[in-house]
Amino acid sequence: MDKTNLEKSWQPSASFERLRQRSELLRGIRNYFHAEDVMEVETPMLSRSATVDPHIDSFQASFCPLGTDIQETLYLHTSPEFPMKRLLAAGCEDIYYLGRVFRNGEAGGRHNPEFTMLEWYRLGIDHHQLMDDVTGLIRSVTPFKEAGRYSYKKLFVEKLGVDPHEASDQELEALTQEHVDSSLAGLARNDYLDLLFSNCIEPSLGGRTAEGLEGVYVYDYPASMSALSRIQENSEGQKVSARFELFINGVELANGYHELADGQEQQQRFENDQAERKELGKPVYPYDDNLVAGLKEGSFPDCAGVAMGIDRLHMLMAQTQSIKEVIPFDFFRA
Amino acid sequence: MANYATNEFRSGLKVMLEGDPCVILDNEFVKPGKGQAFNRVKFRNLMSNRVWERTFKSGESLEAADVMEYDMEYLYTDGEFYHFMMTDGSFEQHGASKDAVGDTVNWLKEQEVYTVTLYNGAPLSVTAPNFVMLEVVQTDPGLKGDTATGGSKPATLTTGAVVKVPLFISEGEVLKIDTRTGEYVGRQK
Repeated sequence: MDKTNLEKSWQPSASFERLRQRSELLRGIRNYFHAEDVMEVETPMLSRSATVDPHIDSFQASFCPLGTDIQETLYLHTSPEFPMKRLLAAGCEDIYYLGRVFRNGEAGGRHNPEFTMLEWYRLGIDHHQLMDDVTGLIRSVTPFKEAGRYSYKKLFVEKLGVDPHEASDQELEALTQEHVDSSLAGLARNDYLDLLFSNCIEPSLGGRTAEGLEGVYVYDYPASMSALSRIQENSEGQKVSARFELFINGVELANGYHELADGQEQQQRFENDQAERKELGKPVYPYDDNLVAGLKEGSFPDCAGVAMGIDRLHMLMAQTQSIKEVIPFDFFRA
Repeated sequence: MANYATNEFRSGLKVMLEGDPCVILDNEFVKPGKGQAFNRVKFRNLMSNRVWERTFKSGESLEAADVMEYDMEYLYTDGEFYHFMMTDGSFEQHGASKDAVGDTVNWLKEQEVYTVTLYNGAPLSVTAPNFVMLEVVQTDPGLKGDTATGGSKPATLTTGAVVKVPLFISEGEVLKIDTRTGEYVGRQK
């Protein structure tokens, strides 16, 4: 949070030129999906359940039925993922959501507590085929080319000389202390992996040239970072998650999965996440048992889905590091 | 002293880090979509002037450093210390070491007001005003016919500092110097 963020001002934080560019970007995205016959859906922003991801915090609101003093706790969605998957379980085909999501506590630089997310699902494909679709979408709105697709392991071995699936927690801690900060200790395995990735690998992924944006896809994340993706084996028999991320000019832009379709396993993961939140001393939210029921009872199709930060994409197109320059009013002026 | 958490870090804030007072230059919030939040923070160590980059878990805090800046008038040097006096009417005096004065020694002039940074009550650094007026004590005579667009020559000021000046400057003239660059700006009219 820099000082200028704290300046009180009624003026917008973005220029009209950027706002016009954004309006065209949003229209371009809708045109792409219209041409691809993907249906736009509006899912609830207020929900009785929340994500239980250990590192994503939700805003809470109260529903007070008129004439009563009842207060029911609701949560602002952090992503449209759960209701979209319930639509798929109920028989919907390709769908997308383009709109605001909310994440508590994330403010400053590239982060705004409410931001615009594009999320879409495609039936009958896996996450590798979905990367082609992501490239197609970005190309339809701005000059873009792929600069490669690499496994998480390959990048780790090249830059840090360790296999992220085999290295011990102690090895990862030692590497973090050597490459990131000597005082970081006692963290979780995924924290070390994230620190090493975001400090030593991410800054060099993708770029920007006179011809446009260049992106790098990273796939086969460690199984411990599977979130809502399937877990599969790589060619060496190691367990990896069927997940990818797209980086452009060192910025994390999109996160995609070959979606987990097993309701039993989904429930188990939610419960594990709740336990981890409890251990971290964070609020433990109710998970979406409707999604678990949809996966167990419905006919959830084989599909892949991806979420993309549209403010981030606009920032890359506008060549700025600061999210406030691409939204009319940033959090500190909201 | 108070503590500051990572979300309160902003440029200019002075905090203690590994026993040394530091000023925050930059604070970047770093968070992977699905990962733990960290803050990547750039500091300048006020003792060594070295710039550090450190990474903290978001929510961690640091102790505030007892570092304050005051306007003080330069009085004299006893050869070992440079003596300054508060301009707030208290007449309180502080002796700054050669290390604390640093390169500002080139721009020290009696009765001029400087910014003195105190750490735990003792001078840590001395910053000159952006411009000071200093007299030329030695310079070679300029060649006739030279104009302001011509070359330059060295001139020694009362402080001992040597600056580049236009050829028409002569001894005894008072010059305006930009202390941030050490460059000649103009003559006293």
